[in-house]
Amino acid sequence: MIGEVLVECAHMSCAYNSTLAIKKIDFTIRKGDFVGIVGPSGSGKTTLLKAILGSISPVEGHVTKKPHLRMGYVPQVETVDWNFPVTVLEVVVMTRSSTGRLPRVTKDELADALLVLERLGLGGLENRHIRELSGGQQQRVFVARALFHRPELLVLDEPTSGVDVRTRHEVLHLLADLHDEGVSIILSTHDLNGLAAHLPRLVCLNSEIIADGSPVEVLTPEVLEQTFGAPMEVLIHGGMPVVVDGVGADIAERMSRLG
Amino acid sequence: MIHVVAGLTTPFRYQFFNNGIIVATIAGALCGLLGVFVVLRGMSYIGHGLSHAVFGGAAASAVMNINYFVGAGVWGVASGVIIGRIARRRLIGADAAIGVVTTASFALGLALLNRYGQAKKSIEAVLFGSVLGVKTIDIIAVSAVAILSVVIIVALYRAFLFATFDPEVAEVSGVRVAWIEALLMGLLSLTILVTMRVIGTLLISALLVIPASVARMLTNSFARMLWISPIIGAVSAFTGMYLSYFLDTSASATIILTGTLMFIVVYAVTGIRGRTRISGLHHI
Ligand SMILES: Nc1ncnc2c1ncn2[C@@H]1O[C@H](COP(=O)(O)OP(=O)(O)OP(=O)(O)O)[C@@H](O)[C@H]1O
Ligand SMILES: [Mg+2]
Repeated sequence: MIGEVLVECAHMSCAYNSTLAIKKIDFTIRKGDFVGIVGPSGSGKTTLLKAILGSISPVEGHVTKKPHLRMGYVPQVETVDWNFPVTVLEVVVMTRSSTGRLPRVTKDELADALLVLERLGLGGLENRHIRELSGGQQQRVFVARALFHRPELLVLDEPTSGVDVRTRHEVLHLLADLHDEGVSIILSTHDLNGLAAHLPRLVCLNSEIIADGSPVEVLTPEVLEQTFGAPMEVLIHGGMPVVVDGVGADIAERMSRLG
Repeated sequence: MIHVVAGLTTPFRYQFFNNGIIVATIAGALCGLLGVFVVLRGMSYIGHGLSHAVFGGAAASAVMNINYFVGAGVWGVASGVIIGRIARRRLIGADAAIGVVTTASFALGLALLNRYGQAKKSIEAVLFGSVLGVKTIDIIAVSAVAILSVVIIVALYRAFLFATFDPEVAEVSGVRVAWIEALLMGLLSLTILVTMRVIGTLLISALLVIPASVARMLTNSFARMLWISPIIGAVSAFTGMYLSYFLDTSASATIILTGTLMFIVVYAVTGIRGRTRISGLHHI
């Protein structure tokens, strides 16, 4: 069954100071989607996510959204001001700015927030300053903030950058659980094998969309070379594609000469 | 003993001093409150620019014989909104554009006072503030702006917090960030307008920055900063004003020096913790 359309980008281009960052994007997110965007640094992943959120407007084409679509956004951790004086709880409840206006956190909100934090393994950390957390915990605080908004579409910018394998697994499990509960998800990642290859749908982006489909369809040497501009090999391991750096053998040879 | 106590209360026998210390204390609290946003958003140059812009308005209204609050108010709020708009677009050179516009306004004010003003005294009063000129209307004005600011910030607390911390996500989550920013610029302009006659153009931006920075060193919570900073502002202003009577120094300079002393003490006492906390503040 095909879900209803949540966001549709039609021939969309976005620019910063008249330099195009993404070009002619045709792309649809439907209810029930779980999409990953991969591409090299500067390929426009963040830009595409922001265009979907509506925080930047296309210079060409357009984005249409389901009316009153509730979106939760988890920004790339590098963009967060970690020195800002806020505690974990303050970050989580700040999304309810329209209903809860006053500084006081109501009993219901507190219970809700604690539930979300508990679920993300952040129980007991609600009064910590955001800087006083590990990288994985910091990441999850912002997931908690997005979830507190009860989104239909969750947008995550590199949710597993700089976290260890275990935390990455936890984040993946969490996202899979949320997806099972009916939340549609779009995320960007640099992690082809650890994250992207596990998702049902992948988009390869390099200013333009190079490919859009299942990992088996998309993770091919040709598409990857076109996306990343570097040779890569793809092995199939347990029915799943595994991407191997094409220069691996070359480097290994040089390194062995050093040793 | 009685003699000493009587000596210590002498300044309060003067109506002008009482008016001055009331306005200064409320002004300190008000600047402390709005200073939290100024410091956290790294907009100290905006406070500086606004006070210089308002100076132009003050001078123009003095020369043209228009009421200060009307003349400088219109001028100040207009420049506040314009500065806010320039800053919001985050264009390269926004700081420079703001600097040019506000310094020009300042220079124009100075020239107007030179040409048409009465005496050098009035220029000095606007630059460094004056407790002598404080009237009941100033007490009413500064109280009104303080009450307005508290009401707005409490009522829209989360929107203000969200828009300050993370404007992009705030916008997506339904906060009208542009509106909040305009509101903040409006309140800042009003604050500068009503406190300028006591604190003076040159030192007002310091009063916007010092209490909030001290508060930042003392706490990691935004909510707590919002009440610690006004208290520090009020205490510095009260103490500075009081000491200035005995030291025979300029009230505003003594207020800023008192605040600076508090900054140094807190900096020393909180040690490395305080230092890391303010290290993230953008060019204070
Ligand atoms: N605020 C900005 N102003 C000007 N140019 C920008 C801005 N943000 C991004 N760009 C440019 O737009 C292009 C796309 O950037 P974007 O941040 O979307 O890439 P990305 O795929 O998210 O990269 P990364 O993997 O490093 O996060 C880049 O060339 C970048 O230099
Ligand atoms: Mg990015």
